[in-house]
Amino acid sequence: MPTELDFEKPIRDLRTKITELHELMAKSGVDLNGEIAKLEHRMDDLSRDLYEGLTPWQRVQLARQPGRPTTLDYIHGICSEFMELHGDRNFRDDPAVVGGIGLVEGKPITIIGHQKGRDTKENIHRNFGMAHPDGYRKALRLMQQAEKFGRPVVTFIDTAGAYPGMSAEERGQSEAIARNLRVMAGLKVPTLCFVTGEGGSGGALGLGVTDRIFVLEYAWYSVIAPESAAAILWKDSAQGPRAAETMKISARDLKELGIADDVIAEPLGGAQKNPQQMIATVRKKVIETLDELTRLPIAELLAARYDKYRDMGTFVER
Amino acid sequence: MLKELFHKKRHYATLGQPATRPVPASDIPKGLVDKCKSCGAIVIAKELKKHLFTCPHCGYHFAVDAPSRVELTLDEGSFEEYDAGVTSVDPLSFPGYPDKVKKAQKDTGLLEAVVTGRGTLDTEPVIIGVMDPRFIMGSMGAAAGEKLTRAMERAAETATPMVLFTASGGARMQEGVLSLMQMAKTSVALERMHEAGVLFVTVITNPTTGGVSASFASLGDIILAEPGALFGFAGRRVIEQTIRQKLPDDFQTSEFVLEHGMVDQVVNRKALRDQLSLILRVHARKGWTSAD
Repeated sequence: MPTELDFEKPIRDLRTKITELHELMAKSGVDLNGEIAKLEHRMDDLSRDLYEGLTPWQRVQLARQPGRPTTLDYIHGICSEFMELHGDRNFRDDPAVVGGIGLVEGKPITIIGHQKGRDTKENIHRNFGMAHPDGYRKALRLMQQAEKFGRPVVTFIDTAGAYPGMSAEERGQSEAIARNLRVMAGLKVPTLCFVTGEGGSGGALGLGVTDRIFVLEYAWYSVIAPESAAAILWKDSAQGPRAAETMKISARDLKELGIADDVIAEPLGGAQKNPQQMIATVRKKVIETLDELTRLPIAELLAARYDKYRDMGTFVER
Repeated sequence: MLKELFHKKRHYATLGQPATRPVPASDIPKGLVDKCKSCGAIVIAKELKKHLFTCPHCGYHFAVDAPSRVELTLDEGSFEEYDAGVTSVDPLSFPGYPDKVKKAQKDTGLLEAVVTGRGTLDTEPVIIGVMDPRFIMGSMGAAAGEKLTRAMERAAETATPMVLFTASGGARMQEGVLSLMQMAKTSVALERMHEAGVLFVTVITNPTTGGVSASFASLGDIILAEPGALFGFAGRRVIEQTIRQKLPDDFQTSEFVLEHGMVDQVVNRKALRDQLSLILRVHARKGWTSAD
């Protein structure tokens, strides 16, 4: 059972009540089905209203729920067979980024993504999905390998940001991310990315210069995590909720800003409520999009990719 | 070179630690029974073969000679050998070298340290190369370099993927700079293969060091390694004696180099064929490919 957030308490309370009624009915033999149906109906309404009306900050909290599918969950749900490939051939295998090759409906594919842990121990191993330069260089290697063999690249973005630390700086975090941005711009294969949870800054973008950008309904994507923005703008990281509000970081905002090509609907209450359904939705989207993208000659695809990023940003000129 | 490697007598338990030191050629099972170098168990040869030359008790990977490796890897009866007649000469008139080669030939029944050829793996066509650790430590001279280069050229020309099992102490010292240049020669051939977009997979087996590790062994599009295999450039003793640095026990093992980003996966020999099969199938299939 995934953990629940504070604002989900009214739903939890109703569910408890329904369970109690079921138990009571079993014990006493009194028919409470009418009551139960009424409560269930109310719970459905309440859930819909609650999740429709989430504040940006509540969405950020949902995007961080540990029960959400991770990149490896998506990979194994999408591919019939998969082989993970490790290492940057340079310094280290970064467990915060995973990637490899597999078959989807018999077709070769390369998949890469940030990998968060399921529990504290795994999160420490995975560095909470915050990649070092080694992770971006592994991704680069796998993307260039995909290009060499003409298979598409799908990436999953789920990181609070690239790891900010001495070890990362020493090995050139900036260079590693920068190189990925440029190389991804020119990869001669179709590419797409899904922001599945957190899209934190350059650490997210380092896997995100693709033909299509899809953002899951409750995911966020921005120049910086809201708490960090608050710390910089108002010198108070506790004002994260305010930053989340102001910065337009939710999936719908991203669609309006022309960044996301599509918002991918999540199960009611978030991917963690029904991971299998979420994975199936994403799998379908991968197949549909690759079918669509491969209809274009590669030169046109690259020109469209150029235009996509060329057009980002608004300004006036006097 | 490997013979000189320092064997420290252990006075403590080595629980769970894979055998990391290079094995002498005599480690290749040849009698009716063999003793596991890791756990000391006595294993019947037939049993050992059934377990693909891994210890049934502790999983230790025994060395495999080239003919057995071909047999373990390819579809039965599919192997056609290339260039079986290519063999070494003695370009530097190096004392004792011709005798050394003759002895290796007699002991192994092979003319050189590398066997190459083509065949199928789960019906996928593949060009295969296998280095034999029994043949002067699998060292690479001009003959081995030539055989590998020809196999790579055929792979590039026919767009057939190549899988190469490495096992080598490095370049063959008795052929001097000519053996050094086999690193360059094979790498030049690999660049052609790379340009042609043909898959090259290496499987690192124990030991893969020196010039072989610093050329084609490290140039695989995908690099797999068997558990506990030694994979590195300068051996432990060279490092410890030249820069006097103490090295960790698992230094340069497959597991160590995996963590350090140098290989894609450490694969147990029992899973190796299936993994190679998947790699070949992924690269043989046409799928979401854009038009030119």
